[in-house]
Amino acid sequence: MLRGTFSIRAIQYLTLLIGVFVVFFPIYSVFVGAFKTKVEFYQSGLGLPNDFFNFENFERVFKVGKLDLGFKNIAIIMVVALTGNVIIGTMVAYALGRFDFKLRTPIMGLYLIAQVIPLVTTQVATFSVIKWLGVYNTLKAPMLLYMGADVLQIVIYLQFIHNIPRDLDESAMIEGASLFRIYRSIIFPLLGPATATLIILKSISIYNDFYVPFLYMPSQKLKVVSTAIFSFVGPNAAQMNVISAGILVIFIPTVIIFLLLQRFIFAGVTNGAVK
Amino acid sequence: MNLSYKTQKYMILFGFLTIPLALLGAFSLYPAAALFYFSLTDWDGIGFDQSWVGFANYKEIFTRPDIFAAFKNNLYYFIGGLLQTAVALYFAVVLNGRLKGKYVFRVLLFLPYVLHSVATVIMFKNVYHAEYGSLNIFLGAIGLESWQQLWLGNPHIVNFSLAFISMWKYFGLSMVIFIGALQSIPNDLYEASKIDGAGSWQTFRFITLPSLRKVIELMLVLTLTGALEAFDIPYVMMLGAGGTSTFVIQTVDMAFKFENFGLASAMAVVLLMIVLFFIAIQRKVLFREGK
Repeated sequence: MLRGTFSIRAIQYLTLLIGVFVVFFPIYSVFVGAFKTKVEFYQSGLGLPNDFFNFENFERVFKVGKLDLGFKNIAIIMVVALTGNVIIGTMVAYALGRFDFKLRTPIMGLYLIAQVIPLVTTQVATFSVIKWLGVYNTLKAPMLLYMGADVLQIVIYLQFIHNIPRDLDESAMIEGASLFRIYRSIIFPLLGPATATLIILKSISIYNDFYVPFLYMPSQKLKVVSTAIFSFVGPNAAQMNVISAGILVIFIPTVIIFLLLQRFIFAGVTNGAVK
Repeated sequence: MNLSYKTQKYMILFGFLTIPLALLGAFSLYPAAALFYFSLTDWDGIGFDQSWVGFANYKEIFTRPDIFAAFKNNLYYFIGGLLQTAVALYFAVVLNGRLKGKYVFRVLLFLPYVLHSVATVIMFKNVYHAEYGSLNIFLGAIGLESWQQLWLGNPHIVNFSLAFISMWKYFGLSMVIFIGALQSIPNDLYEASKIDGAGSWQTFRFITLPSLRKVIELMLVLTLTGALEAFDIPYVMMLGAGGTSTFVIQTVDMAFKFENFGLASAMAVVLLMIVLFFIAIQRKVLFREGK
């Protein structure tokens, strides 16, 4: 009996280690590749680089690959879109969570319908809206597209709002606070933990997104990280050492966020799926 | 500034909902409606010239075999997705047990999900390269030269190679979702089965699996719709060339490369319908369960 559980444990650890190997094998190969010179890259295979302080590839990918521009643009887009998104999400949740009115259920329904429509399929028509608004080929296009609240966000916020006791609102009213003030000074701050989770998840998905910037911002000056590395790789497929450096740099921000804030990320993902 | 709370309520409702609803309408609901309209025209996406062509675009979709043939490539992502769900479930069950280092393993296996998607695909270009790719080098180093392949050059293999990237990236996500669902199964169920003398396979078969039914169903639908919408991976890696084009790549090319927005819209509508069909089935199944 004891031997049985022991061998099951051994198999479990073995499969876990295989899983970890499969996950880290590609990452390892770009990691070592990023520090190699061109000749070294093609000769040394999977070996460690001669010099871990060889940052030439990183300099090149920033200069030629326009990664600096990419990081700048995506940062601007993220700050504006996320700020807007948090304000919009909390406002909708406050309106829907604290007041009874006739249009409440239909509005929830509209968000539900919107969620079922896959975004990739409707881009052909969204494209015409973006053009009509005159924001095609500007940073405003992705900002607007990322800003809107989605049903998942609203559901998470609504759960939090229902847990904020109404007594708080009422005692504020007795002291003569306006409803806007209640939103600003009570509801918004108490939604903080939900906001943190949502910001982290949305940052990762905006940073990762390729489709929207690729379709709506073809201009060279408007490259974001995804589109910059995409067009850098096109004609330069031979310089895999430089490309590896680019990949590594692009990986770093989300890895750091993940390692520091994994609790929020795991909570957010699980919450999202189970609802 | 002493408005009654009733007036304030309407001001808040109006002020707080107008902009969000405008965004929702402009970027989700209107495009879906407009898509139907465009699909009935021959619009090229640029000018104002568009004439009504009725169902001609739909006819073209269903009569041109090359358009529907792209779905064959979506199938690889679906198969990959099924495999991914199974592997994720296995690891979730393992990591939900009493195992030393399970939190570390969870973090390590989830990591691919947070990595940048385009950079990930390009990383695999590096892995799959026929001559200098790390995969063939590794196979050579451990004496498996015969397993070396043209991972991206062989039309029989390339779609599996691409679908694997998707598995690699998303299996950690499925795993964490499964772990969340496993943790919500009440412990007394397991204790009761232990008292009844159930083995670990029986426990899995008769307690774990039924409790996870809803989550598994949800995952299957997500796998299916995800596979139908596959775009990033084949596009970034191959630009859809070499027999890797998926339905969405064809739709995007039809709209932006061949400037046939009418036909592209009709293709998008067909895809939308298929996706909605599967979601409806899932909802219905869940609803029946709910009763």
